[in-house]
Amino acid sequence: MADSSAAASTHPGPAGEVTKRDMLTLVTTAAVAIGVGAVAWPFIDFMNPSKDVLALASVEVDLAPVEVGQGITILWQGKPIFVRHRTPTEIKAAQDVPLDSLIQPQPDSERTKAGHDQWIILIGICTHLGCVPLGNKPSDPRGDWGGWFCPCHGSQYDTSGRVRHGPAPANLAVPPYAFASDTKIKIG
Amino acid sequence: MVGLHKSEFSNPVINWIDTRLPVFTMIQKEYGEFPTPRNFNYFWNFGALAMVNLVIMIATGIFLAMNYQPNSELAFGSIQHIMRDVNYGWLLRYIHQNGASMFFIVTYIHIFRGLYYGSFKAPRELLWILGVVILIIMMATAFMGYVLPWGQMSYWGATVITNLFSAFPVVGPKIVTLLWGGFSVDNPTLNRFFSLHYLLPFLLVGVIFLHVIALHLTGSNNPLGIDVKSPQDTLPFHPYYTAKDSVGICVFLIVLSVLVFFAPNYLGDPNNFIPANPLQTPADIVPEWYFLPYYAILRSVPDKLTGVCLMFGSLLILFVLPWLDTSKVRSLRFRPVYRVTLFVWVVAVIILGMCGAHKPEGIWVTLSRVCTLYYFAQFLVILPILGKLERPLPLPESISHPVIGGRGGGPLPTGATAKPMEKA
Repeated sequence: MADSSAAASTHPGPAGEVTKRDMLTLVTTAAVAIGVGAVAWPFIDFMNPSKDVLALASVEVDLAPVEVGQGITILWQGKPIFVRHRTPTEIKAAQDVPLDSLIQPQPDSERTKAGHDQWIILIGICTHLGCVPLGNKPSDPRGDWGGWFCPCHGSQYDTSGRVRHGPAPANLAVPPYAFASDTKIKIG
Repeated sequence: MVGLHKSEFSNPVINWIDTRLPVFTMIQKEYGEFPTPRNFNYFWNFGALAMVNLVIMIATGIFLAMNYQPNSELAFGSIQHIMRDVNYGWLLRYIHQNGASMFFIVTYIHIFRGLYYGSFKAPRELLWILGVVILIIMMATAFMGYVLPWGQMSYWGATVITNLFSAFPVVGPKIVTLLWGGFSVDNPTLNRFFSLHYLLPFLLVGVIFLHVIALHLTGSNNPLGIDVKSPQDTLPFHPYYTAKDSVGICVFLIVLSVLVFFAPNYLGDPNNFIPANPLQTPADIVPEWYFLPYYAILRSVPDKLTGVCLMFGSLLILFVLPWLDTSKVRSLRFRPVYRVTLFVWVVAVIILGMCGAHKPEGIWVTLSRVCTLYYFAQFLVILPILGKLERPLPLPESISHPVIGGRGGGPLPTGATAKPMEKA
């Protein structure tokens, strides 16, 4: 093309032969490509979460004041976390559902911690397009399955946070957490 | 097929685009076969270096702005946040900070090249004027950028520079209030400086584009300062000057890296590590090194308005330079007397810089007055008169046949003909 013709007109090599100029062009191009790549990484990594953002990775929640049937919403990594103290009826409804009737089959025991059936901890973000579903307060609409109801596009979740009615494709996510004591959890 | 370009590229995709939008033909014409004088020395690298530098500044600046807070309460802390918490924040910020110094080093050498080899003379006057516009926009950008970290030097630098405008009678104080958006340098000032600091570099890109168009219409000057007379005087830009510029870019990047990695704060001022305090001016207040000569000119006269006028005048006088120099000979290789006076002028500017760094007392006052006088005398007295009196050395017949041996810019590449020129 342009480059090679200019080079060829000034430093002609025998037809079809690999010349010193070809070698130089290749080495130069490779060096520039490696250099640009090495410089690009700091720019890309610059946009990743900074150290102070990563330092906010975990939060502790005291469960003692949350009454049966009540739910609270707390903030973890900028996201709402639903903490709900389920009633015995709600626990039974969540556990007795036949799994094959679910959109994303998952038993309730996988979504709670053993011995702490009454506590369901969820990331309160609808798996459809990221709205915060209603239903964490007893006065909110909770949909036909008594869990959560997303006002944006009508997705419905049961008392275990599993999706029961679209368009959401998946269950509400369970954040990584552990019980520090019977009344205290650490999220993250 | 009215209006469609007849492309000569064989690659079908490039050909399709080039037929409709002949950018590839343009690149090929302006940076491929562009006939360039064959005798460039390394001074001709500095335009390209300045352009590379601008790209580095814009790239790092856009990223820094993602984490900077233009608020007087948060600005200083957000810089520390960038330095300590953000991934590679220290690297991008030090590149941006030292890149500003490199930008001025490169630009000042580029301007010296223009002065020494007479690149400002006909037919390149407008090219030169656009260059002075670029310099002024660059200075405004650098000044506003220096305010953003909101340290003591930022704050008091902003106060002093904006107060320059108060020297003008009647409207002065009103202009200053307008610049500040209040009654002192404060949050509104910081907000607008950030906005303008982000805008001006893109204005620079536009003016530089015009600068380059003007350059490609007149063609480049060269170390002999004589016109290109035949295709034998030129080489295609690629590969000869792309290669030569690449060497310069490597050296430039090495110098920048040395500054960034080994002496990142060498050119900075320790006072800027103290958050801005409107109640206390630092004892030693100096601008960044690249403004020191102008600062010395400002302080050289004890009258406020005169000082300000001289300082702005020292820049504005460059606009009329093409008409102050009465000599038709461009390159100072052939003007032995004027060459000496230009070197004296450069020394005067350097001494002015040193004066600007010292407190205005004792010998520094006298020195800055003498050098200021010479700065203006060079342009207003020596240049117009010397052009008439001086007898220049004989000029070479052409670039390819220099009369003076060993002065043609090194051995000429054998077999290097400007073949593409014949097509045009």
